[in-house]
Amino acid sequence: MWKWLHPYAKPEKSYQLAGKLLPWFVVATVITFVVGLVWGLLFAPADYQQGDSFRIIYIHVPAAMMAMAAYSTMAIAAFIALVWQIRLAEMNIAAIAPVGAVFTFIALVTGAAWGKPMWGAWWVWDARLTSELILLFVYLGIIALYNAFSDKVLAGRAASILTLVGVINLPIIHYSVVWWNTLHQGATLMKFDKPSMAPEMLWPLIIMIIGFATFLGALSLLRFRNEILARESHRPWVSALVTEKLEGGK
Amino acid sequence: MLHCEKLTCVREDRILFKDLDFTIKPGEIVQVEGPNGVGKTSLFRLIVGLSIPYAGNVNWQGTSILNDRENYYQNLLYLGHKTGIKPELTAFENLQFFQKLQPSHPGIDLWQVLAKVGLAGYEDVVTAQLSAGQQRRVALARLWLNDCLLWVLDEPFTAIDKSGVKVLEQLFIEHAQQGGIVLLTTHQDLSIDKQLLTKITLQKIEDDFYV
Amino acid sequence: MFNVFFQVVNKELKGAFRSQSDILNPVWFFIIVVTLFPLGIGTDPALLARIAPGVIWVAALLAALLSFERLFKDDFIDGSLEQLMLMPHSLAWLVSAKVFAHWLLTGLPILFVSPLLAIFLAMDINTYSALFLTLLIGTPILSLLGAIGVALTVGLRKGGILLSLIMLPLSIPILIFSTLAIDAAAYGQSYLGLLALLGAMLVGAITLAPFAIAASLRVSVS
Repeated sequence: MWKWLHPYAKPEKSYQLAGKLLPWFVVATVITFVVGLVWGLLFAPADYQQGDSFRIIYIHVPAAMMAMAAYSTMAIAAFIALVWQIRLAEMNIAAIAPVGAVFTFIALVTGAAWGKPMWGAWWVWDARLTSELILLFVYLGIIALYNAFSDKVLAGRAASILTLVGVINLPIIHYSVVWWNTLHQGATLMKFDKPSMAPEMLWPLIIMIIGFATFLGALSLLRFRNEILARESHRPWVSALVTEKLEGGK
Repeated sequence: MLHCEKLTCVREDRILFKDLDFTIKPGEIVQVEGPNGVGKTSLFRLIVGLSIPYAGNVNWQGTSILNDRENYYQNLLYLGHKTGIKPELTAFENLQFFQKLQPSHPGIDLWQVLAKVGLAGYEDVVTAQLSAGQQRRVALARLWLNDCLLWVLDEPFTAIDKSGVKVLEQLFIEHAQQGGIVLLTTHQDLSIDKQLLTKITLQKIEDDFYV
Repeated sequence: MFNVFFQVVNKELKGAFRSQSDILNPVWFFIIVVTLFPLGIGTDPALLARIAPGVIWVAALLAALLSFERLFKDDFIDGSLEQLMLMPHSLAWLVSAKVFAHWLLTGLPILFVSPLLAIFLAMDINTYSALFLTLLIGTPILSLLGAIGVALTVGLRKGGILLSLIMLPLSIPILIFSTLAIDAAAYGQSYLGLLALLGAMLVGAITLAPFAIAASLRVSVS
């Protein structure tokens, strides 16, 4: 397996591969967003309890899921970076972290907006929202740590360690928050978890989840390419690329 | 035997040196030369394993130092720009700590060592109250104390007076004659025999690009 | 091996006792922060007893945060940290000794002054014993977690605020479990399960954190 993966451990190859993949991700994102949003917002039936306000689920749930997925990807990359000392994996963390943070933020804002008609308040200390808030703090810590180092090689390594420490801690944080929440407010909250969802509501949601996944992929690839260029700026292939682009533009 | 293999050092996107290759055998005294900012300290920090090279390897007795740190550090004594001396502790207490944690000559008397570096009478003074030169002497006293083959000394003569330099040079020669290795930087001229002394000169890299 | 551990602890303690103000400052800070709450929200004993666990734990967190700087910063500046990293012993083991010494200097004093605060905040004896036990198990976890944060930021010029940003979110579970345990004690329920959870976290932290600290130091000191 490592044999065919190995060429992609070279920054130049990864840059080209990311460039080839990027358009597919963009196209997939546009298609799924158009289909998912139109279906979900216009055609899916309204919820019999929550009315139309439930439709924010089509943004909230995918964003929250992808915020977690982004962190998992970072954790895997951090593990690879530390064990095999592959710099590309570190760049990967630096590329994904801000995207993950923004997705977490979207999940928080949409969660709060959903809470307003549901609970009558913008913010309720609900277990899921609280976990998301802490996840945002963790993301911001990693980004701040990465930016604090002027030497980006060291920054990448430090961020990998913190990501791994975070991934061990996040499940504990999540369960502690859930427990704290049930003990403190318990039954006063409404439960989101319905036994099942009507298929005409579920399908747009699945499409939107796929859409957010490809959106996450597209943004990460874009940032990953930038990160490679910035970190490898002293390598000849980057300067060759720049001169090629300049001449091509004339 | 210390072997540096294609060492490349990049700090904050600047290439300090690249593809540096050299081998140092027991019994050699090696002086690393070069203008300020050429990467002497960075090279030393790579050699002792405090930094990880951008590319290349440092090998001690044939194995990469990063793979077997504890064995390598059995043989290594490094003195950097910072003395590593705790200002709240006395000279004696500082040395005692190093004596207990590093391989040391058995049965050596700390009081005698301190007398050798000219700190007789200052053993029980908190090092914060000593002068810069005296603090460096406390750090240098570890040279008499330890039982390590490889000495890596970054500017050991800073703040040391002329007679002190003489004593140290003599110690380096003895260490080399007993099969040890001394690797040092200094901007002073050493009065060590040419046959014993090897020089490695680092040069500034003009273009910062890999070509 | 234990001799090495002992030597490091011994050196740390000696150094700390020579500069006495250093060790007492976080404890003072802890007492003062707790004192601020009755002044800020009133002296109703029922109210104070209700908020006591949270107040004491948040104050302990902040006090721990203040004390972390000195765990590696001084050593980083005078070069003893890099010398420690070049010792022919496992770095994880050496830093464990440092963290243990740090806990003796900052965690233990908080345990000693906790009875005073229990009186200030009108806690009963059952609640207080729960508070004491959570502090006993929880503060070493704080020290270990904080040490990771300090190790990551020690080489940075402005590491102080960054340290709190990365460390505070990670210490939330300790805060939650501890205060839940104290709450349970206040209502006369059993809190052994929560203590066991904290204990499990302590064991996990003792086994894993030293390696994270060592790896972080290798990054910071280069």
